Amino acid sequence: MISAILVMAAIGLVLGGILGWASIKYRVEDDPLVEKIDAILPQTQCGQCGFPGCKPYAEAIAKGEADINLCPPGGADGVKRLAELLGVEPKPLGEGLEPKPKSVAVIDENTCIGCTLCIQACPVDCIVGAAKQMHVIVASQCTGCELCLPPCPVDCISMQVIQEDVVNWKWRYPIHMMKRAV
Amino acid sequence: MKPNLFTFNGGVHPAGHKAESCSTPIRGMPPLPRYVVPMRQHIGEPARPAVAVGDRVLRGEVIGAAEGYVSTAVHAPTSGRVVAIEASAVPHPSGLFDLAVVIEADGEDQAIAFQPLDWRSLDPSALRNRMRDLGLAGLGGAVFPSYIKLNPGGQNIHTLILNGAECEPWITCDDRLMRERAPELMRGIEIMQHALGAGLRKPRVIIGIEDNKPEALAAMREAAPAEIEVVAVPTMYPGGGGKQLTYTLTGVETPTGGRSTDVGIQVFNVGTAYSLYRAVELGEPLISRIVTVTGHIAQPGNFEVRIGTPLADLIAAAGGMLPGASGEIVGGPMMGFDLMDLAAPVTKAVNCLIIKNPALFPPKPIELPCIRCGECARACPADLQPFEMYWYSRAKNFGHAQSYNLFDCIECGCCSYVCPSHIPLVDYFRFAKSEIWERERDKRAADLARTRHEFKAYRLEREKQEKAEKFAKAAEKSKSAATGATNAAAPADPDAEKKKAILQAALERAQKAKAQVAPKNTDNLPPRVQKEIDEIEARRASVEAKTGSTPNHE
Repeated sequence: MISAILVMAAIGLVLGGILGWASIKYRVEDDPLVEKIDAILPQTQCGQCGFPGCKPYAEAIAKGEADINLCPPGGADGVKRLAELLGVEPKPLGEGLEPKPKSVAVIDENTCIGCTLCIQACPVDCIVGAAKQMHVIVASQCTGCELCLPPCPVDCISMQVIQEDVVNWKWRYPIHMMKRAV
Repeated sequence: MKPNLFTFNGGVHPAGHKAESCSTPIRGMPPLPRYVVPMRQHIGEPARPAVAVGDRVLRGEVIGAAEGYVSTAVHAPTSGRVVAIEASAVPHPSGLFDLAVVIEADGEDQAIAFQPLDWRSLDPSALRNRMRDLGLAGLGGAVFPSYIKLNPGGQNIHTLILNGAECEPWITCDDRLMRERAPELMRGIEIMQHALGAGLRKPRVIIGIEDNKPEALAAMREAAPAEIEVVAVPTMYPGGGGKQLTYTLTGVETPTGGRSTDVGIQVFNVGTAYSLYRAVELGEPLISRIVTVTGHIAQPGNFEVRIGTPLADLIAAAGGMLPGASGEIVGGPMMGFDLMDLAAPVTKAVNCLIIKNPALFPPKPIELPCIRCGECARACPADLQPFEMYWYSRAKNFGHAQSYNLFDCIECGCCSYVCPSHIPLVDYFRFAKSEIWERERDKRAADLARTRHEFKAYRLEREKQEKAEKFAKAAEKSKSAATGATNAAAPADPDAEKKKAILQAALERAQKAKAQVAPKNTDNLPPRVQKEIDEIEARRASVEAKTGSTPNHE
């Protein structure tokens, strides 16, 4: 009887020890859910969700502190994918949040005074320039977050909607010509 | 000797309509006053305009330089003046405009001095670079830069297939080319062998031609040297698809997502071989191609057309449309697209222009629901299940569509052709493909933005640290310079300590400066004044001693 208890206790201790060791050894540093949510977010880093970037928003969603419908650049599609990931019902975008057409910021070079304020505001460092030198935005890296607009003291930055061209043109959804019931 | 051929699954037999245009020899075009040469005529990066508005150019001069690896040069089709470099109509299903160089011809058609290449003594790599500058791209439809296809890289290309199948209905440009210019074509093939074989071992060459072109077969057999096989393949659409022809001739299947080069086979269109001959042996860049003009038109036939010729002029050269025409198709009826603008020019990709009329191309019947009859799967030459892909594409469930190997679809149109419900299946697949491509583009952009954002955060943190370190160093310096003043108790917070140190350093600096600018009127005083001061000092000392010793009356 006693030996049985001792054996069971020993096994329990050994297994517990292994589990404890494994939990330290194979510790997952980052919450994998945050990574998954972050992968769905569009990475515009625009802060329209009220968080200072996509990663903080992903963390807030993972903790259950933020709703999934706060990301306008992700649009309804993004909300749907978040809902699928988290196993909740998709919902429309939050109030006052409207998806805008994809745009890039463009600096009017004649007006720019070279104050570097937009460079500091750009979350992805895609504005090139120096103090009292003209600034320019690298269009291929611009996420269209609009964060450079408010700091500009001379209002020389404008958003330009990306026009459809031969490269980014997409085949349209075929129009259904279903026969109507007579 | 009948070679052993393989039969791929599926395929359809649409009405050929080849006779309309294949009976007359290839015709030339009258010189035109204006050519529009798009910069994007090949897969990959568009060429970069190498001329400015107002420049005079000669025929064969480079007007667009190859940009990046997957790119090739674009040349002036005639001599004249560049009048515009602007977005112009191009033959594209969207009808969108794209960058083009507009040349106003001077009518002299003066050419640059063409330099024939002695390719046999040329290193294959140098030969390929020349091909790139000569603007060579596949003329079968995909317009992939030829110099890349002729670069075997690490792969051992043991078989070279020349595609003369021309399986699409109506099109006869390769047929006429093979009938009329077979000897030149063979020399082009020789150059290809040289470039691919890198001088070690020449790849085996098979020319596949559908058996509905007996004249072309005869002409090619006559011109072909003994080691080149000219094989008649059964007429079956899409027997001229690269993967299908490869299978028919060799029995080798191209792996999913791969190219035929993965299995040691390279496929070229016969038209590409001919233009390669022109480019290398005559030194003439790719400035013209054979285009079939057929359908509801006065004089259907094949034309040798300069790249950049507006399609309206091509139609005029073929006698003009007949009354009752209802539109134009660029390419064949199975895979081509409706032309949006007749001002669009002939590019390296345009092999055929069909003028429609309601009798030949009746309007599409109304689309009915899918009854899952499986006809499309039986017709599919890529062994796919179009009805499943259709279902998911229609529901915009792209992940599932992709899991049914959507990207193995060659968009040949067999499924749409056989569908008893008249569902435009290929349209759905094209829609799904371009949606998936867009998502991948967005994903790449998001990944880039994430990396850049993270780097910015890291950079800011690093700069902050560097600044703090700099200040700490400065503080330490002044600390060691002025001892005694910093005997204050060690603060707990290192940040606060830093701040304090900074403050202290500043204070000490100020004190030092103050000491240096002490009033000068106390130095070198006459003895009388000095005595007076000493007396005052003594008095002050005695008063202080008194107040210090007496009890405080406050």
